[in-house]
Amino acid sequence: MTDASLPTDGAKPQSGSLTTLDARTKKRNAAEKRFRAYGVAAIATGITFLFVLLFAILTSGLGAFQQTFLTVPVYLDEAKLDKKGNRNIDDIKKVSTFGYNPLIQKAVLAEVQKAGIETPLTKSKEMKALISASAAGQVRAAVIENPALIGQTVEFKFLASSRVDGYLKDRVKREHLARDKNIDAEHLDIVDGLLEAGVVAKTFNPAFIFGADASESRAEQAGIGVSMLGSLFMMFVVLFLALPLGVAASIYLEEFAPKNRLTDLIEVNISNLAAVPSIVFGILGLAVFIQFMHLPQSAPLVGGLVLTLMTLPTIIISTRASLKSVPPSIRDAALGVGASKMQSVFHHVLPLAAPGILTGTIIGLAQALGETAPLLLIGMVGYIASNAPDGIASGLLDPNSAMPAQIYEWAKRADPAYYERAWGGIIILLIFLISMNTLAVILRRRFERRW
Amino acid sequence: MSVKLTASALAIAAVAATSAAARDQVQVAGSSTVLPYASIVAEAFGENFDFPTPVVESGGSSAGLKRFCQGVGTEHTDVANASRKIRDKEIKACAENGVTDIIEVRIGYDGIVFASQLDGPDYSAFTQSDIFNALAPKVMVDGKLVDNPHKKWSDFNADLPAEDILAFIPGTKHGTREVFEEKVVAAGCEATGAFEAMMAAGMSEDDAEDACLEVMSDGRAVDIDGDYTETLASIDANANGIGVFGLAFYENNTDKLKVATMAGVEPSTETISTGEYPVSRPLFFYVKKAHIGVIPGLKEYAEFFVADEIAGPDGPLAEYGLVSDPALVETQDAVAAEKTMGGDS
Repeated sequence: MTDASLPTDGAKPQSGSLTTLDARTKKRNAAEKRFRAYGVAAIATGITFLFVLLFAILTSGLGAFQQTFLTVPVYLDEAKLDKKGNRNIDDIKKVSTFGYNPLIQKAVLAEVQKAGIETPLTKSKEMKALISASAAGQVRAAVIENPALIGQTVEFKFLASSRVDGYLKDRVKREHLARDKNIDAEHLDIVDGLLEAGVVAKTFNPAFIFGADASESRAEQAGIGVSMLGSLFMMFVVLFLALPLGVAASIYLEEFAPKNRLTDLIEVNISNLAAVPSIVFGILGLAVFIQFMHLPQSAPLVGGLVLTLMTLPTIIISTRASLKSVPPSIRDAALGVGASKMQSVFHHVLPLAAPGILTGTIIGLAQALGETAPLLLIGMVGYIASNAPDGIASGLLDPNSAMPAQIYEWAKRADPAYYERAWGGIIILLIFLISMNTLAVILRRRFERRW
Repeated sequence: MSVKLTASALAIAAVAATSAAARDQVQVAGSSTVLPYASIVAEAFGENFDFPTPVVESGGSSAGLKRFCQGVGTEHTDVANASRKIRDKEIKACAENGVTDIIEVRIGYDGIVFASQLDGPDYSAFTQSDIFNALAPKVMVDGKLVDNPHKKWSDFNADLPAEDILAFIPGTKHGTREVFEEKVVAAGCEATGAFEAMMAAGMSEDDAEDACLEVMSDGRAVDIDGDYTETLASIDANANGIGVFGLAFYENNTDKLKVATMAGVEPSTETISTGEYPVSRPLFFYVKKAHIGVIPGLKEYAEFFVADEIAGPDGPLAEYGLVSDPALVETQDAVAAEKTMGGDS
């Protein structure tokens, strides 16, 4: 074997030089290049879609964070608001919001005339199209809270009507006004004048983030705050039920349960449950929690219970994976120094698996936070999120909506201003999801141990 | 540790379940056509009364009435919104579950309009016969009842544009579908003489009436089971399509839609209230009398809904697109007296 079978007769070797490529190598290299190009193209397409999506969301939704306001001093006429003049709160409450409208309209007209705007509209009633229907409720609430205001001139910051707001946001265009019965060109002329006079201004609107839902006639007033609380309470329920149940179940299955047909069956079914469409859990929740257990409809407690069912398999699967990743030597060492099985699990295995469990839980919660379908069936979609809860019990039991359900509801409504709010709601929901996922990544990076 | 946590969590849930018996806000479900009106009323109600704002869900008239009829007790809804009258079948289903005393409240009228893309073909005037000729499976051609040969609108009416027939109509779970069938398709069936021809061909009157309501299922008439926003999106994507909308929805979207006249009448709150515009329907809500006095604010809500300042011709509902009921005073009296259906009316 010392003499290798090198060709000695000086004939040209068949395979050629290593530096010049033969046809087959060229073909293989070309195939590889093509494959890389496909990969780059696939990633580029994905990124393009992501940017288009982000761009669409931001351009359509950022407008919702700004709102047009009118700052108007209103004379709170005693003759209208407290006819008896005795400041009796019960008598003042008898004046409904409809009694306040004329005062507000008069005040707006006075501002228009003060600003010296030339307009054919001279009746105070004609100012109605400019201001939100919420103005009367706002003034009434202020008066009921402090009856001493009656007889004074108080400055209020009213929401402008959704059409005026749309005009400042370029949504309502003058060429479309001809058949719009909600507003006309004369009103927009007034808006232009008031804008110059500084009465009308578009500013940041915290009420969109913290406020309650509003009816179809007041798109300008609607906010996502109350449904955010609904989501929060649901997440509490999910966290307090799904985490202990899921962790206990996976510890038992992973560390204690005997390996037999029954546990195999349970394992397979847990994996299957994770793939069950969420609407199925919704109809299960309707049948079990509302129709059988008589829990209240539209309550975040029920929503949380349904989402718990949905999240449990996710948590069990990720918990078992992280328990499995703890090497058996840890368990053996603990058992070797005399720890009981339970001590070895709770003192050694569980702490080491905790980062993985937390990550899985947070991802599961994020999934539950964005879920809409099961909430449809238990009555959490509609005109619901209008009362802010005043405590933990009412937060769990009083009707409320959830963020994705609220967005879905807004997208259905007739006033185009709601469309913008739906996109705005998506921005807020995305911020929540991104921060939850970031938290999961950070936890994993900081605490996860590799063996 | 986890076991204890689980046990306490379950205990919390159990406590919550027992304290859930009381409910202090009115619960409403039903027609998506009535939903905007109900939400406007609910909001104003919350503003003006010390009661909490009622909860209003949609889902369609039939679904709402079904939930309403499931029984008496705080876990069931108090009010069902409907864009049609309650059916005898539903009253019977209600009675079987112990829901016997129902107060029917008519809040006003709603117009159903045919609209198309603002910059689309010139669909500006329809008659019931046009819609029937376009969508029915059997139509009259030259005095004979034949399978519908029409492909374009201009095939049967030279005044209409030469565009392929495409209509987005409400799905069968909507109360609007019934009105569309009865006031448009069936009316067209009679006007074109198809009804008589069917009778002459030996059909019984009932069969002929049913046949008159049919629309073709070859894709030219598309059922929309969602809301009007879905119809609007379909119209946006199909320039040659016409869609069926509620008047209020159309009036909120005049920058995208143009409306067609029906039998020469332009739809508006005025033409509907005078009865000139042919395609309109009453809107209702139904109140469970057994819940009055149990659910705080239920009667006040019902009375507030039909009060002059809300449902009257100058109220916020009319502003949104409801055609107010000329007989509103009678409705107010009936609600005040808690007059139930079939009782003494």
